[in-house]
Amino acid sequence: MLLLVTYDVSTTSSGGTKRLRRVSKACQRVGQRVQNSVFECIVDSTQYTQLKIELEGIIDKEKDSLRFYRLGDNYKSKVEHVGAKDSLDVEAPLIL
Amino acid sequence: MRKLLNTLFVTQPDVYLSLDGGNVVMNKEQEKLHRIPLHNLESIVCFGYTGASPGLMGYCAERSISIVFLTMNGRFLARVIGESKGNVTLRKTQYRISDDEEKSAEIARNFIVGKLFNNRSIIDRMARDYPMRVDVEQFKKASKSLLSSIREIRECTDLELLRGWEGQAAISYNRVFDDMILQQKDNFYFRHRSRRPPKDNVNAMLSFAYTLLANDMAAALETVGLDAYVGFLHRDRPGRASLALDVMEELRGVYADKFVLSLINRKEMTADDFVKKENGAVLMTDESRKTFLSAWQMKKQEKMTHPYLNEKMSWGLVPYAQALLLARFLRGDLDEYPPFLWK
Repeated sequence: MLLLVTYDVSTTSSGGTKRLRRVSKACQRVGQRVQNSVFECIVDSTQYTQLKIELEGIIDKEKDSLRFYRLGDNYKSKVEHVGAKDSLDVEAPLIL
Repeated sequence: MRKLLNTLFVTQPDVYLSLDGGNVVMNKEQEKLHRIPLHNLESIVCFGYTGASPGLMGYCAERSISIVFLTMNGRFLARVIGESKGNVTLRKTQYRISDDEEKSAEIARNFIVGKLFNNRSIIDRMARDYPMRVDVEQFKKASKSLLSSIREIRECTDLELLRGWEGQAAISYNRVFDDMILQQKDNFYFRHRSRRPPKDNVNAMLSFAYTLLANDMAAALETVGLDAYVGFLHRDRPGRASLALDVMEELRGVYADKFVLSLINRKEMTADDFVKKENGAVLMTDESRKTFLSAWQMKKQEKMTHPYLNEKMSWGLVPYAQALLLARFLRGDLDEYPPFLWK
């Protein structure tokens, strides 16, 4: 399924930049960055849970927030891109 | 059945692949072109002199993502394989059978039966679908001769005889193969199989499709713990993945040949997509190779029901399913190896 992960990490609080970096690293491992703090990941439900647990361990729930949007398997009609830097469809033929 | 993941084809020769936190990164000079999470990939296929970092190779080997290096024209160069999977007992059984001519023949004939059965299905279907455009008489004859070969082969326990039957069946199949090309007859024709180098457009495409299929097959055999280099029908020869070629026999027709035919008949490839070299070799252009690969990848993602397992899966998993069945047979869980019989 396509999972959209967005986050807000407060960089003004102590250790904020460190948390921000760790969150973005963890997201980048499973998905691709489509905008700042927005990641698209093609994952199965296990990988989704793993990612969720990992991210929850990193953030400070008092100050930061995470949002997960599950767009299912038939996501192609649900996403539209306008403007520069379109994402790479990792399920289409990858010939680069 | 597990999910078929994507394959990354790298067709630019001056790209370097490296690992960055679970992603494969394509670097060109100092610039990062793309990054793709590796957990979405089944394999990476590189054309030309593309480099890959040892870190990436290690990571992929651990997670059984195969990395294959091919020349620009698709000839096999190298494959990165991790630790041998499966158990020794299975591989030893495979070696023992391979050394025993008679036992080898018993398995080998199932590959051939599968091949002839499938080729016959292609011929029958063609004659049924295009009765006005093909020589039905000729097709019926070919189909009949394949059927009688299948009957003979079922009883055959001699490897040499088996190869003879296969050769004979190939002749009657090849005779009607040209008739199955319905479009662009001026530029696409099939006289006989030529390889190393292929001498016409159709042979160039067939060779390329067989290379891709053989790589998928070899990778599938390695994942179930079999040795892709020790075959039953094809004898051992250094650098030849004999078992992959063995199991591939039954898929050549339904998988590769039909794929090539549909590319021609749907006019997805045209005469402009090929170049002829001075030595008579016909090669695909870089651009058309991309078209070919993209169509190949689409084909792999097409869903079908496996005739023996009765399970829905994508075409790309058929090599894996057959490898699995072969391993089960060698372990003694099945009485006979069930070839892929396409109807």
